[in-house]
Amino acid sequence: MSDPESTPEKTAGPGQPAVEQSPENLPAPPGEVHQVGERHGMFGASGTPDTSGYGGLRQAVTLPAPARRPYGGWHDEVADALEERLRAGGVENAVESVVLHRGEITFHVRREDLLAVVRVLRDDPALRFELLSGVSGVHYPGDTARELHAVYHLLSMTHNRRIRLEVAVPDADPHLPSVVAVYPTADWHERETYDMFGLVFDGHPGLARILMPDDWPGHPQRKDYPLGGIPVEYKGGSVPPPDQRRSYN
Amino acid sequence: MAHDIYAGTSETSEGRVFTVSGQDWDQIAAGLADDPDSERAERVVVNMGPQHPSTHGVLRLILELEGETVTEARCGIGYLHTGIEKNMEYRSWVQGVTFCTRMDYLAPLFNEATYVLGVERLLDIEDEIPEKAQVMRVLLLELNRISSHLVAIATGGMEIGALTVMTMGFRERELVLDLFELITGLRMNHAFIRPGGVAQDLPVGALEEIRSFIALMKKRLPEYAALCNANPIFKARLEGVGHLDLEGCLALGITGPVLRSTGYPWDLRKTEPVCGYEDYEFDVQTWDTADAYGRFRIRLNEMWESLRIVEQAADRLAGLEGAPVMVADKKIAWPSQLAIGSDGMGNSLDHIRHIMGESMEALIHHFKLVTEGFRVPAGQAYVPLEGPRGELGAHVVSDGGTRPARVHFRDPSFANLQATSVMSEGGMVADIIVAIASLDPVMGGVDR
Repeated sequence: MSDPESTPEKTAGPGQPAVEQSPENLPAPPGEVHQVGERHGMFGASGTPDTSGYGGLRQAVTLPAPARRPYGGWHDEVADALEERLRAGGVENAVESVVLHRGEITFHVRREDLLAVVRVLRDDPALRFELLSGVSGVHYPGDTARELHAVYHLLSMTHNRRIRLEVAVPDADPHLPSVVAVYPTADWHERETYDMFGLVFDGHPGLARILMPDDWPGHPQRKDYPLGGIPVEYKGGSVPPPDQRRSYN
Repeated sequence: MAHDIYAGTSETSEGRVFTVSGQDWDQIAAGLADDPDSERAERVVVNMGPQHPSTHGVLRLILELEGETVTEARCGIGYLHTGIEKNMEYRSWVQGVTFCTRMDYLAPLFNEATYVLGVERLLDIEDEIPEKAQVMRVLLLELNRISSHLVAIATGGMEIGALTVMTMGFRERELVLDLFELITGLRMNHAFIRPGGVAQDLPVGALEEIRSFIALMKKRLPEYAALCNANPIFKARLEGVGHLDLEGCLALGITGPVLRSTGYPWDLRKTEPVCGYEDYEFDVQTWDTADAYGRFRIRLNEMWESLRIVEQAADRLAGLEGAPVMVADKKIAWPSQLAIGSDGMGNSLDHIRHIMGESMEALIHHFKLVTEGFRVPAGQAYVPLEGPRGELGAHVVSDGGTRPARVHFRDPSFANLQATSVMSEGGMVADIIVAIASLDPVMGGVDR
């Protein structure tokens, strides 16, 4: 994990091309990669005197940088068709960024345009994403003002393509539009994401808890929600619950 | 009728509540008839489950009935929620396998495989997985598909009263579980497919056992066809029940045998092959009736196709004796080795001697990898598999640490169960059981 602000090395190890000659290794331009967290130390120990000397380490947690065109393969066709149809529908800049990582493409979509985007993705003959595989939430507590992410996996059976949509909303205002009107299958998936993360899908026909009991306090999959557990005692020894054991960060 | 202390009626603000204990429909009908509100007398709300022998696990159904016709059906789920996804965020990447294998307990190897494939994609070692590990994965997945379909057919039969189908299904499933026990050490919850490969090499004699299993199954599978395919009672219960067409399937996100029963040959083993599925010869099974009977026939035919794949995988394994089953990268491969001792399987004494007596570096390496684990580059991956029930995928998110930042499983049972209402409303109450059995939901996967 390299600091995005540091200057790239001029040369790499013997036999390897210089870093800047390899498009994969190019550092993202400033401002494009943003930090979603910070790792301290090396062994995750806290509350005890640090004798390792690694306690002062600070490492930025960054996610894969946005890709630049051309994305390669069918990814450009999808991106072009989406952009064109959205513009025809009067929607500009709906896609904040596009991330291409390990061959999977992710469109980061502004929440106000999510409904327009999924409608185009489902209906346009060049796109035809007929199936919504699921909705999943991810909580990044360090991603300021974008803490809660909703992730949609879409599948086009016509073209055999898979894309991912990601919508980020602040923890203070966890609202985003429901896509149930376009993909009825999102009904339970959105309920689960609400249940687990507290993301509120506006326009959902019945946004109730689905896995936890109706009167359950809190949203269990958020990072600030403790795992819980009790110490296990055995022959005089005691093993702390998993979230209180020493861990490596 | 004798007085039943558990049965009876009570008046509530919602109306009269009956506690039924079986064979007491006359009492309910009589009790409803003298309800002063005539509109309410027409309408009965039945709470079926979560503990009911015919609801396919701890599934709660809330049914609104008019006579024996269902006017509204809703599912209540969550009774088996165990927080597996949350727990995985507190364990290393390798330990995660031990947790996710317990989700859909009829398809444990599929849960492991989709998670492991996601981790491998993030590690960027997809091309480095040894061939033998890939063949063993395919072998185990297809054996697992057979055992899962056998339970689907068995419990589906049991729920409509065909108990012979149930005993037959569990009899054959036991053969598959014996193979699992031989290969992975456990009948269920194997934790056998690991990031980088599989946990253990094939044991001595496993190929012969697999071959005799294939030969036996080729004799046993026709028994199901002979018993059920043209059985008038079986057909009367299943045909035309739980109808859902292609548009309905796509709108509701239904995959697997239910989607294929509409005639659409969608199978991720063909469209997005992983683990080398593209190298095996098999056909995608479809039916064109979009009903419970078609789904039964698809499952039966898919077991034949799985047998074909198992046969091909066994042939390949015969030529791969002694080949590695774990990735060569020592920074990822699990360092500990197991061996059969006098008291069963345990730590390999050779490995213990090596790390404790011969090499300090090996001990450090073992300790670091077992306690801390490896780091996975930040990013997210989704590698779906064609599970026995449909598209099973793990959305694996890493922030670059030694533990997953988030793992979410798209379980096909969860998505498919949403079709309960549309499949059963307007039909008879007895047909709900058949419709749900044809979806084959596994509540461990639904609730996770």
